[in-house]
Amino acid sequence: MRPEPLLSVRDLRIAFDGVEAVRGLSFDVRPREVLAVVGESGAGKSLTARALLGMLPPDATTSGTVRLLGETDLAAQRGRRIALVPQDALSALSPVHTVGDQLAAAVRSVTRVSRKEARARAVAALDRVGIPDAARKARAYPHEYSGGMRQRAVIAMATVNAPDVLVADEPTTALDEERREQVLSVLGEQREAVGAALVLVTHDLEVVGRHADRALVMYAGRLTELGPAKEVLGRPLAPYTAGLLASLPRYAPAGRRLPTLPGTPPAPGALPEGCAFAPRCPLAADACHHEEPEPQRLDERLVACHRQAEIPHPAVELFREEPHAAS
Amino acid sequence: MPLLDVRDLVVRYGPLTAVDHVSFTLRAGETLALNGPSGCGKSSTALAVLVLRRPDAGEVRFEGRELTTLTEGELRPLRPLMQPVFQDPYGSLSPRHRIRDAVAEPLKVQGRWSAGAGPARVAELLDRVGLDPSYGDRYPHELSGGQCQRAGIARALASEPRLLVLDEPVSALDPSVRAGVLNLLADLRDELGLGYLFICHDRAVVRHFADRVLEMRAGRISAS
Repeated sequence: MRPEPLLSVRDLRIAFDGVEAVRGLSFDVRPREVLAVVGESGAGKSLTARALLGMLPPDATTSGTVRLLGETDLAAQRGRRIALVPQDALSALSPVHTVGDQLAAAVRSVTRVSRKEARARAVAALDRVGIPDAARKARAYPHEYSGGMRQRAVIAMATVNAPDVLVADEPTTALDEERREQVLSVLGEQREAVGAALVLVTHDLEVVGRHADRALVMYAGRLTELGPAKEVLGRPLAPYTAGLLASLPRYAPAGRRLPTLPGTPPAPGALPEGCAFAPRCPLAADACHHEEPEPQRLDERLVACHRQAEIPHPAVELFREEPHAAS
Repeated sequence: MPLLDVRDLVVRYGPLTAVDHVSFTLRAGETLALNGPSGCGKSSTALAVLVLRRPDAGEVRFEGRELTTLTEGELRPLRPLMQPVFQDPYGSLSPRHRIRDAVAEPLKVQGRWSAGAGPARVAELLDRVGLDPSYGDRYPHELSGGQCQRAGIARALASEPRLLVLDEPVSALDPSVRAGVLNLLADLRDELGLGYLFICHDRAVVRHFADRVLEMRAGRISAS
Protein backbone atom coordinates (compact mmCIF):
# COMPACT_ATOMS: atom_id res chain seq x y z
CA MET A 1 0.00 0.00 0.00
CA ARG A 2 1.29 3.41 -0.92
CA PRO A 3 1.67 5.72 2.08
CA GLU A 4 -0.61 8.75 2.13
CA PRO A 5 1.12 11.86 0.84
CA LEU A 6 2.36 14.27 3.43
CA LEU A 7 2.60 17.15 1.06
CA SER A 8 0.66 17.34 -2.16
CA VAL A 9 1.20 19.78 -4.98
CA ARG A 10 -1.53 20.04 -7.60
CA ASP A 11 -1.32 21.99 -10.85
CA LEU A 12 1.05 24.54 -9.35
CA ARG A 13 1.60 27.54 -11.59
CA ILE A 14 3.88 30.44 -10.75
CA ALA A 15 4.03 33.47 -13.03
CA PHE A 16 5.78 36.82 -13.09
CA ASP A 17 4.26 39.60 -15.22
CA GLY A 18 2.02 37.03 -16.89
CA VAL A 19 4.95 34.80 -17.84
CA GLU A 20 4.75 31.35 -16.31
CA ALA A 21 7.95 29.94 -14.82
CA VAL A 22 6.29 26.90 -13.23
CA ARG A 23 3.60 25.52 -15.51
CA GLY A 24 1.18 23.06 -13.98
CA LEU A 25 3.28 20.93 -11.68
CA SER A 26 1.79 18.09 -9.62
CA PHE A 27 3.59 15.75 -7.26
CA ASP A 28 3.42 14.32 -3.75
CA VAL A 29 5.97 14.09 -0.98
CA ARG A 30 5.58 10.94 1.10
CA PRO A 31 6.32 10.69 4.81
CA ARG A 32 10.01 10.28 5.60
CA GLU A 33 11.13 10.08 1.98
CA VAL A 34 13.93 12.02 0.33
CA LEU A 35 12.58 13.52 -2.88
CA ALA A 36 15.20 15.13 -5.11
CA VAL A 37 14.06 17.89 -7.46
CA VAL A 38 16.48 17.93 -10.38
CA GLY A 39 16.93 20.14 -13.41
CA GLU A 40 19.04 22.89 -14.93
CA SER A 41 19.08 26.55 -13.88
CA GLY A 42 15.77 28.12 -14.80
CA ALA A 43 13.78 24.87 -14.70
CA GLY A 44 11.66 26.19 -11.81
CA LYS A 45 13.16 24.02 -9.05
CA SER A 46 13.88 26.84 -6.62
CA LEU A 47 10.54 28.53 -7.22
CA THR A 48 8.83 25.22 -6.48
CA ALA A 49 10.82 24.90 -3.26
CA ARG A 50 9.86 28.43 -2.27
CA ALA A 51 6.19 27.69 -2.99
CA LEU A 52 6.37 24.75 -0.58
CA LEU A 53 7.62 27.10 2.11
CA GLY A 54 5.15 29.87 1.32
CA MET A 55 8.14 32.06 0.49
CA LEU A 56 7.44 33.23 -3.04
CA PRO A 57 8.36 36.81 -3.90
CA PRO A 58 5.41 39.22 -3.60
CA ASP A 59 5.23 39.88 -7.34
CA ALA A 60 4.62 36.20 -8.12
CA THR A 61 1.14 35.14 -9.23
CA THR A 62 0.31 31.58 -8.29
CA SER A 63 -2.49 29.12 -8.88
CA GLY A 64 -3.02 25.49 -7.98
CA THR A 65 -2.68 24.08 -4.50
CA VAL A 66 0.07 23.07 -2.12
CA ARG A 67 -1.30 21.11 0.80
CA LEU A 68 0.64 19.99 3.85
CA LEU A 69 -1.42 17.50 5.88
CA GLY A 70 -4.54 19.20 4.57
CA GLU A 71 -3.28 22.68 5.46
CA THR A 72 -2.89 25.21 2.63
CA ASP A 73 -1.37 28.19 4.45
CA LEU A 74 2.21 27.07 4.08
CA ALA A 75 3.76 30.29 5.37
CA ALA A 76 1.98 29.71 8.70
CA GLN A 77 3.52 26.25 8.90
CA ARG A 78 7.03 27.39 8.14
CA GLY A 79 9.41 26.65 10.99
CA ARG A 80 6.75 24.42 12.50
CA ARG A 81 5.79 21.57 10.17
CA ILE A 82 7.97 22.55 7.23
CA ALA A 83 11.40 24.12 7.47
CA LEU A 84 14.09 25.44 5.19
CA VAL A 85 17.67 24.22 5.32
CA PRO A 86 19.46 27.29 4.00
CA GLN A 87 22.22 27.12 1.43
CA ASP A 88 24.47 29.72 2.98
CA ALA A 89 24.97 28.95 6.65
CA LEU A 90 26.77 32.21 7.35
CA SER A 91 24.06 34.55 6.12
CA ALA A 92 21.30 32.36 7.57
CA LEU A 93 22.43 33.09 11.11
CA SER A 94 22.32 36.49 12.74
CA PRO A 95 25.81 37.69 13.63
CA VAL A 96 24.62 39.65 16.67
CA HIS A 97 22.88 36.86 18.62
CA THR A 98 24.39 33.70 20.05
CA VAL A 99 23.59 30.48 18.24
CA GLY A 100 21.77 29.19 21.33
CA ASP A 101 19.58 32.31 21.53
CA GLN A 102 18.66 31.96 17.86
CA LEU A 103 17.67 28.33 18.28
CA ALA A 104 15.73 29.05 21.47
CA ALA A 105 13.89 31.88 19.69
CA ALA A 106 13.00 29.43 16.91
CA VAL A 107 11.56 27.05 19.53
CA ARG A 108 9.54 29.76 21.28
CA SER A 109 8.22 31.11 17.98
CA VAL A 110 6.16 27.95 17.53
CA THR A 111 5.78 26.38 20.99
CA ARG A 112 4.77 27.92 24.31
CA VAL A 113 7.56 26.79 26.51
CA SER A 114 9.62 28.52 29.17
CA ARG A 115 12.87 30.18 28.25
CA LYS A 116 14.64 27.51 30.18
CA GLU A 117 12.92 24.72 28.29
CA ALA A 118 13.56 26.44 24.93
CA ARG A 119 17.20 26.78 25.91
CA ALA A 120 17.40 23.10 26.82
CA ARG A 121 15.90 22.10 23.46
CA ALA A 122 18.34 24.38 21.66
CA VAL A 123 21.30 22.77 23.39
CA ALA A 124 19.90 19.29 22.74
CA ALA A 125 19.52 20.13 19.04
CA LEU A 126 23.14 21.32 18.84
CA ASP A 127 24.29 18.21 20.66
CA ARG A 128 22.31 16.02 18.25
CA VAL A 129 24.09 17.45 15.19
CA GLY A 130 27.42 16.62 16.78
CA ILE A 131 28.57 19.98 18.11
CA PRO A 132 30.99 19.17 20.93
CA ASP A 133 30.31 20.76 24.31
CA ALA A 134 26.96 22.02 23.03
CA ALA A 135 25.98 23.87 26.22
CA ARG A 136 29.08 26.04 25.97
CA LYS A 137 28.95 26.44 22.18
CA ALA A 138 25.31 27.59 22.47
CA ARG A 139 26.67 30.73 24.16
CA ALA A 140 28.98 31.46 21.23
CA TYR A 141 28.29 33.66 18.20
CA PRO A 142 28.23 32.32 14.63
CA HIS A 143 31.62 33.84 13.82
CA GLU A 144 33.13 31.75 16.60
CA TYR A 145 32.03 28.59 14.78
CA SER A 146 34.04 26.94 12.01
CA GLY A 147 32.34 26.64 8.60
CA GLY A 148 31.48 23.00 9.20
CA MET A 149 30.06 23.71 12.67
CA ARG A 150 27.92 26.50 11.23
CA GLN A 151 26.49 24.11 8.66
CA ARG A 152 25.58 21.79 11.52
CA ALA A 153 24.05 24.65 13.48
CA VAL A 154 21.67 25.62 10.66
CA ILE A 155 20.64 21.98 10.33
CA ALA A 156 19.95 22.00 14.08
CA MET A 157 17.90 25.16 13.56
CA ALA A 158 15.86 23.57 10.76
CA THR A 159 15.12 20.43 12.78
CA VAL A 160 14.74 21.88 16.30
CA ASN A 161 10.92 21.93 16.06
CA ALA A 162 10.75 18.42 14.54
CA PRO A 163 9.07 19.44 11.27
CA ASP A 164 7.40 16.93 8.96
CA VAL A 165 9.12 18.27 5.88
CA LEU A 166 12.55 19.77 5.35
CA VAL A 167 13.28 21.73 2.19
CA ALA A 168 16.90 22.13 1.16
CA ASP A 169 17.68 24.25 -1.92
CA GLU A 170 21.14 23.36 -3.25
CA PRO A 171 22.45 22.92 0.29
CA THR A 172 25.90 21.82 -0.81
CA THR A 173 26.63 23.56 -4.11
CA ALA A 174 29.43 25.68 -2.72
CA LEU A 175 31.09 22.84 -0.82
CA ASP A 176 33.81 20.44 -1.85
CA GLU A 177 33.09 16.72 -2.06
CA GLU A 178 34.17 15.87 1.46
CA ARG A 179 32.16 18.65 3.12
CA ARG A 180 29.22 17.94 0.85
CA GLU A 181 29.01 14.36 2.03
CA GLN A 182 29.41 15.46 5.67
CA VAL A 183 26.56 17.97 5.41
CA LEU A 184 24.32 15.51 3.61
CA SER A 185 25.00 12.79 6.13
CA VAL A 186 24.27 15.09 9.10
CA LEU A 187 21.14 16.26 7.31
CA GLY A 188 20.16 12.63 6.65
CA GLU A 189 20.68 11.63 10.29
CA GLN A 190 18.64 14.56 11.59
CA ARG A 191 15.91 13.92 9.07
CA GLU A 192 15.64 10.39 10.37
CA ALA A 193 15.88 11.45 13.99
CA VAL A 194 12.88 13.78 13.69
CA GLY A 195 11.06 11.60 11.16
CA ALA A 196 10.86 14.28 8.48
CA ALA A 197 10.69 14.01 4.72
CA LEU A 198 13.28 15.95 2.74
CA VAL A 199 12.76 17.82 -0.51
CA LEU A 200 16.27 18.20 -1.89
CA VAL A 201 16.66 20.68 -4.75
CA THR A 202 19.87 20.02 -6.62
CA HIS A 203 21.50 19.98 -10.02
CA ASP A 204 23.97 17.35 -8.86
CA LEU A 205 22.88 13.96 -10.16
CA GLU A 206 25.50 12.15 -8.10
CA VAL A 207 23.96 13.54 -4.93
CA VAL A 208 20.59 12.27 -6.17
CA GLY A 209 21.98 8.79 -6.73
CA ARG A 210 23.42 8.58 -3.24
CA HIS A 211 20.85 10.37 -1.13
CA ALA A 212 17.37 10.38 -2.71
CA ASP A 213 14.56 7.83 -2.62
CA ARG A 214 12.71 9.41 -5.52
CA ALA A 215 13.67 11.97 -8.14
CA LEU A 216 11.51 14.59 -9.85
CA VAL A 217 13.13 15.85 -13.06
CA MET A 218 11.94 19.29 -14.18
CA TYR A 219 12.38 21.06 -17.49
CA ALA A 220 11.03 24.49 -18.43
CA GLY A 221 8.69 24.62 -15.45
CA ARG A 222 7.12 21.18 -15.96
CA LEU A 223 7.52 17.64 -14.72
CA THR A 224 9.63 15.61 -17.15
CA GLU A 225 9.75 12.46 -15.10
CA LEU A 226 9.29 11.26 -11.56
CA GLY A 227 10.13 7.92 -10.00
CA PRO A 228 12.41 5.95 -7.72
CA ALA A 229 15.81 7.67 -7.93
CA LYS A 230 17.72 4.54 -8.85
CA GLU A 231 15.34 3.78 -11.71
CA VAL A 232 15.30 7.35 -13.01
CA LEU A 233 19.09 7.46 -13.05
CA GLY A 234 19.57 3.85 -14.10
CA ARG A 235 16.93 3.73 -16.78
CA PRO A 236 15.64 7.20 -17.65
CA LEU A 237 12.38 7.29 -19.59
CA ALA A 238 12.67 10.85 -20.90
CA PRO A 239 15.34 11.94 -23.41
CA TYR A 240 16.03 15.03 -21.31
CA THR A 241 17.00 12.94 -18.28
CA ALA A 242 19.15 10.78 -20.54
CA GLY A 243 20.90 13.90 -21.82
CA LEU A 244 21.65 15.13 -18.31
CA LEU A 245 23.13 11.75 -17.42
CA ALA A 246 25.12 11.48 -20.64
CA SER A 247 26.87 14.78 -19.91
CA LEU A 248 28.34 13.49 -16.62
CA PRO A 249 32.09 12.90 -16.91
CA ARG A 250 31.77 9.68 -14.93
CA TYR A 251 29.92 8.00 -17.80
CA ALA A 252 32.30 9.20 -20.50
CA PRO A 253 35.55 7.49 -21.39
CA ALA A 254 38.53 9.62 -20.31
CA GLY A 255 39.91 11.92 -22.98
CA ARG A 256 36.81 11.69 -25.18
CA ARG A 257 34.49 14.60 -25.76
CA LEU A 258 31.56 14.70 -23.38
CA PRO A 259 28.12 14.37 -24.89
CA THR A 260 26.17 17.61 -24.51
CA LEU A 261 22.58 18.63 -24.94
CA PRO A 262 22.39 20.73 -28.09
CA GLY A 263 21.04 24.26 -27.70
CA THR A 264 19.90 25.94 -24.50
CA PRO A 265 16.77 25.74 -22.36
CA PRO A 266 14.01 28.07 -23.54
CA ALA A 267 13.43 31.29 -21.62
CA PRO A 268 10.07 31.54 -19.84
CA GLY A 269 7.77 33.38 -22.19
CA ALA A 270 9.69 32.17 -25.26
CA LEU A 271 8.59 28.54 -25.20
CA PRO A 272 8.42 26.58 -28.42
CA GLU A 273 5.12 25.06 -29.45
CA GLY A 274 4.57 21.53 -28.20
CA CYS A 275 7.09 19.86 -25.89
CA ALA A 276 9.50 22.47 -24.51
CA PHE A 277 12.41 20.04 -24.95
CA ALA A 278 11.58 19.07 -28.56
CA PRO A 279 14.02 21.51 -30.26
CA ARG A 280 16.91 19.86 -28.36
CA CYS A 281 15.63 16.30 -28.48
CA PRO A 282 17.21 13.65 -30.73
CA LEU A 283 13.96 11.65 -30.67
CA ALA A 284 11.57 14.51 -31.43
CA ALA A 285 8.81 13.62 -33.88
CA ASP A 286 5.93 15.57 -35.39
CA ALA A 287 3.64 15.31 -32.36
CA CYS A 288 6.39 16.69 -30.11
CA HIS A 289 6.38 19.99 -31.98
CA HIS A 290 2.62 20.41 -31.68
CA GLU A 291 1.38 19.02 -28.41
CA GLU A 292 2.86 19.37 -24.96
CA PRO A 293 2.96 15.88 -23.41
CA GLU A 294 1.12 15.26 -20.14
CA PRO A 295 2.64 13.02 -17.45
CA GLN A 296 1.66 9.36 -17.94
CA ARG A 297 1.90 6.74 -15.23
CA LEU A 298 4.10 3.68 -15.82
CA ASP A 299 4.15 1.47 -12.72
CA GLU A 300 5.92 3.50 -10.03
CA ARG A 301 6.91 6.21 -12.47
CA LEU A 302 5.53 9.23 -14.24
CA VAL A 303 6.90 10.44 -17.54
CA ALA A 304 5.84 13.30 -19.81
CA CYS A 305 7.19 12.35 -23.23
CA HIS A 306 5.48 11.36 -26.50
CA ARG A 307 8.48 9.28 -27.49
CA GLN A 308 8.93 7.44 -24.22
CA ALA A 309 8.45 4.05 -25.90
CA GLU A 310 11.33 4.76 -28.31
CA ILE A 311 13.98 5.39 -25.66
CA PRO A 312 16.93 3.02 -26.12
CA HIS A 313 18.71 1.35 -23.25
CA PRO A 314 21.16 2.51 -22.12
CA ALA A 315 19.46 5.81 -22.85
CA VAL A 316 22.70 7.81 -22.70
CA GLU A 317 23.46 6.28 -26.14
CA LEU A 318 20.99 8.82 -27.53
CA PHE A 319 23.57 11.53 -26.96
CA ARG A 320 26.75 9.60 -27.70
CA GLU A 321 27.00 10.53 -31.35
CA GLU A 322 27.85 14.12 -30.75
CA PRO A 323 29.03 15.89 -33.88
CA HIS A 324 32.44 17.52 -33.49
CA ALA A 325 31.98 21.20 -32.78
CA ALA A 326 32.63 23.45 -35.76
CA SER A 327 36.09 24.93 -35.47
CA MET B 1 61.85 22.40 -21.30
CA PRO B 2 58.55 22.30 -19.42
CA LEU B 3 56.12 25.18 -19.83
CA LEU B 4 55.92 25.53 -16.08
CA ASP B 5 58.36 24.23 -13.50
CA VAL B 6 57.42 24.86 -9.89
CA ARG B 7 59.92 23.95 -7.20
CA ASP B 8 59.49 23.91 -3.43
CA LEU B 9 56.78 26.53 -3.51
CA VAL B 10 55.85 27.94 -0.09
CA VAL B 11 53.00 30.37 0.61
CA ARG B 12 52.34 31.55 4.16
CA TYR B 13 49.56 33.67 5.60
CA GLY B 14 50.89 34.77 8.96
CA PRO B 15 51.48 31.65 11.02
CA LEU B 16 49.58 29.47 8.53
CA THR B 17 51.50 27.65 5.80
CA ALA B 18 48.97 27.34 2.97
CA VAL B 19 51.40 25.85 0.43
CA ASP B 20 54.15 23.74 1.90
CA HIS B 21 57.02 22.88 -0.48
CA VAL B 22 54.96 22.02 -3.54
CA SER B 23 56.79 21.00 -6.72
CA PHE B 24 55.47 20.02 -10.14
CA THR B 25 56.04 20.53 -13.84
CA LEU B 26 53.59 21.11 -16.66
CA ARG B 27 54.25 20.70 -20.39
CA ALA B 28 52.61 22.58 -23.24
CA GLY B 29 49.44 20.79 -24.37
CA GLU B 30 49.12 19.07 -21.01
CA THR B 31 46.47 19.32 -18.30
CA LEU B 32 47.69 18.95 -14.75
CA ALA B 33 44.94 18.86 -12.14
CA LEU B 34 45.25 20.01 -8.57
CA ASN B 35 42.59 18.19 -6.61
CA GLY B 36 41.78 18.44 -2.92
CA PRO B 37 39.32 19.75 -0.32
CA SER B 38 38.59 23.43 0.42
CA GLY B 39 41.52 25.04 2.16
CA CYS B 40 44.13 22.54 0.97
CA GLY B 41 46.14 25.24 -0.80
CA LYS B 42 45.00 24.74 -4.40
CA SER B 43 44.02 28.34 -5.05
CA SER B 44 47.02 29.72 -3.13
CA THR B 45 49.20 27.63 -5.44
CA ALA B 46 47.41 29.13 -8.44
CA LEU B 47 47.90 32.70 -7.24
CA ALA B 48 51.59 32.07 -6.60
CA VAL B 49 52.09 30.46 -10.02
CA LEU B 50 50.57 33.56 -11.62
CA VAL B 51 52.72 35.70 -9.30
CA LEU B 52 49.55 37.49 -8.27
CA ARG B 53 50.83 36.74 -4.81
CA ARG B 54 54.57 36.45 -4.30
CA PRO B 55 55.44 33.06 -2.81
CA ASP B 56 57.40 33.09 0.45
CA ALA B 57 59.91 30.61 -0.93
CA GLY B 58 60.49 28.43 -3.98
CA GLU B 59 60.71 28.96 -7.71
CA VAL B 60 58.19 29.39 -10.47
CA ARG B 61 59.86 28.89 -13.84
CA PHE B 62 57.74 29.79 -16.85
CA GLU B 63 59.30 28.70 -20.14
CA GLY B 64 62.60 28.47 -18.29
CA ARG B 65 62.44 31.92 -16.78
CA GLU B 66 62.33 32.32 -13.01
CA LEU B 67 59.41 34.64 -12.19
CA THR B 68 59.47 35.13 -8.45
CA THR B 69 62.54 37.37 -8.50
CA LEU B 70 61.32 39.61 -11.32
CA THR B 71 60.07 43.13 -10.68
CA GLU B 72 56.50 44.10 -11.59
CA GLY B 73 57.90 45.88 -14.63
CA GLU B 74 59.77 42.79 -15.75
CA LEU B 75 56.68 40.64 -15.21
CA ARG B 76 54.38 42.88 -17.22
CA PRO B 77 55.25 41.53 -20.69
CA LEU B 78 54.99 37.97 -19.36
CA ARG B 79 51.60 38.30 -17.67
CA PRO B 80 49.53 38.01 -20.86
CA LEU B 81 51.08 34.60 -21.47
CA MET B 82 49.65 33.21 -18.22
CA GLN B 83 45.93 33.80 -17.91
CA PRO B 84 43.54 32.86 -15.11
CA VAL B 85 39.96 31.66 -15.57
CA PHE B 86 37.93 31.73 -12.36
CA GLN B 87 34.93 29.91 -10.98
CA ASP B 88 32.34 32.66 -10.91
CA PRO B 89 31.74 33.62 -14.52
CA TYR B 90 29.79 36.75 -13.60
CA GLY B 91 32.31 37.92 -11.05
CA SER B 92 35.13 37.68 -13.62
CA LEU B 93 33.62 40.21 -16.00
CA SER B 94 32.74 43.79 -15.16
CA PRO B 95 28.94 44.16 -15.04
CA ARG B 96 29.24 47.61 -16.66
CA HIS B 97 31.12 46.51 -19.77
CA ARG B 98 29.64 44.84 -22.80
CA ILE B 99 31.12 41.45 -23.64
CA ARG B 100 32.75 42.97 -26.72
CA ASP B 101 34.62 45.52 -24.61
CA ALA B 102 35.67 42.93 -22.05
CA VAL B 103 37.26 40.82 -24.79
CA ALA B 104 38.79 43.87 -26.50
CA GLU B 105 40.38 45.23 -23.33
CA PRO B 106 43.46 42.94 -23.28
CA LEU B 107 44.09 43.75 -26.96
CA LYS B 108 43.98 47.48 -26.21
CA VAL B 109 46.10 47.24 -23.05
CA GLN B 110 48.72 45.23 -24.90
CA GLY B 111 48.80 47.61 -27.85
CA ARG B 112 47.41 45.09 -30.32
CA TRP B 113 44.22 46.99 -31.09
CA SER B 114 43.48 48.78 -34.36
CA ALA B 115 40.17 50.18 -35.53
CA GLY B 116 40.26 47.88 -38.53
CA ALA B 117 41.46 44.55 -37.19
CA GLY B 118 40.37 44.88 -33.53
CA PRO B 119 36.62 44.31 -33.87
CA ALA B 120 37.23 41.44 -36.30
CA ARG B 121 39.57 39.80 -33.79
CA VAL B 122 36.94 40.12 -31.04
CA ALA B 123 34.32 38.51 -33.29
CA GLU B 124 36.75 35.73 -34.13
CA LEU B 125 37.48 35.09 -30.43
CA LEU B 126 33.78 34.97 -29.55
CA ASP B 127 33.17 32.58 -32.42
CA ARG B 128 36.09 30.45 -31.28
CA VAL B 129 34.49 29.91 -27.86
CA GLY B 130 31.12 29.04 -29.40
CA LEU B 131 29.39 32.39 -28.91
CA ASP B 132 27.66 34.11 -31.77
CA PRO B 133 29.47 37.45 -32.24
CA SER B 134 26.14 39.23 -31.64
CA TYR B 135 26.66 38.35 -27.95
CA GLY B 136 29.35 41.02 -27.99
CA ASP B 137 26.61 43.63 -27.63
CA ARG B 138 25.34 42.12 -24.40
CA TYR B 139 26.22 42.67 -20.78
CA PRO B 140 27.30 39.78 -18.52
CA HIS B 141 23.94 39.61 -16.71
CA GLU B 142 22.25 39.02 -20.07
CA LEU B 143 24.21 35.78 -20.54
CA SER B 144 23.70 32.37 -18.96
CA GLY B 145 26.41 31.04 -16.65
CA GLY B 146 27.87 28.87 -19.41
CA GLN B 147 27.85 31.67 -21.98
CA CYS B 148 29.47 33.99 -19.47
CA GLN B 149 32.21 31.47 -18.75
CA ARG B 150 32.81 31.17 -22.51
CA ALA B 151 33.13 34.96 -22.70
CA GLY B 152 35.68 34.83 -19.88
CA ILE B 153 37.66 32.23 -21.83
CA ALA B 154 37.52 34.44 -24.96
CA ARG B 155 38.93 37.31 -22.91
CA ALA B 156 41.74 35.08 -21.64
CA LEU B 157 42.51 33.94 -25.20
CA ALA B 158 42.72 37.54 -26.40
CA SER B 159 46.11 37.75 -24.68
CA GLU B 160 47.38 34.78 -26.70
CA PRO B 161 48.40 32.91 -23.57
CA ARG B 162 50.43 29.75 -23.39
CA LEU B 163 49.29 28.77 -19.90
CA LEU B 164 45.78 28.90 -18.49
CA VAL B 165 45.28 28.61 -14.76
CA LEU B 166 41.73 27.33 -14.46
CA ASP B 167 40.44 27.71 -10.90
CA GLU B 168 37.22 25.65 -10.61
CA PRO B 169 36.12 26.86 -14.06
CA VAL B 170 33.07 24.59 -14.28
CA SER B 171 32.06 24.17 -10.65
CA ALA B 172 29.24 26.69 -10.82
CA LEU B 173 27.71 25.25 -14.01
CA ASP B 174 24.87 22.80 -14.67
CA PRO B 175 26.05 19.36 -15.82
CA SER B 176 25.06 19.70 -19.46
CA VAL B 177 26.54 23.20 -19.67
CA ARG B 178 29.66 22.00 -17.86
CA ALA B 179 30.17 19.29 -20.48
CA GLY B 180 30.14 21.87 -23.27
CA VAL B 181 32.67 24.12 -21.53
CA LEU B 182 34.97 21.16 -20.79
CA ASN B 183 34.79 20.13 -24.46
CA LEU B 184 35.67 23.68 -25.50
CA LEU B 185 38.64 23.77 -23.13
CA ALA B 186 39.87 20.41 -24.45
CA ASP B 187 39.62 21.65 -28.05
CA LEU B 188 41.50 24.86 -27.28
CA ARG B 189 44.24 22.97 -25.46
CA ASP B 190 44.72 20.55 -28.33
CA GLU B 191 44.55 23.15 -31.11
CA LEU B 192 46.59 25.90 -29.47
CA GLY B 193 48.91 23.66 -27.50
CA LEU B 194 48.00 25.41 -24.25
CA GLY B 195 49.12 24.08 -20.88
CA TYR B 196 46.42 23.91 -18.22
CA LEU B 197 46.82 24.05 -14.48
CA PHE B 198 43.34 22.81 -13.64
CA ILE B 199 42.07 23.31 -10.12
CA CYS B 200 38.99 21.33 -9.37
CA HIS B 201 37.45 19.56 -6.40
CA ASP B 202 35.24 17.24 -8.46
CA ARG B 203 37.03 13.93 -8.88
CA ALA B 204 34.88 12.69 -11.77
CA VAL B 205 35.62 15.86 -13.74
CA VAL B 206 39.33 15.63 -12.93
CA ARG B 207 39.57 12.00 -13.97
CA HIS B 208 37.90 12.77 -17.26
CA PHE B 209 39.70 15.95 -18.13
CA ALA B 210 43.25 15.84 -16.77
CA ASP B 211 46.34 14.03 -18.01
CA ARG B 212 47.84 13.97 -14.53
CA VAL B 213 46.43 14.63 -11.08
CA LEU B 214 48.15 15.97 -7.98
CA GLU B 215 46.22 15.40 -4.78
CA MET B 216 46.73 18.25 -2.33
CA ARG B 217 46.04 18.10 1.37
CA ALA B 218 46.97 20.64 4.04
CA GLY B 219 49.33 22.46 1.68
CA ARG B 220 51.25 19.41 0.50
CA ILE B 221 51.08 17.08 -2.47
CA SER B 222 49.75 13.88 -0.93
CA ALA B 223 49.60 11.77 -4.09
CA SER B 224 50.20 12.03 -7.80
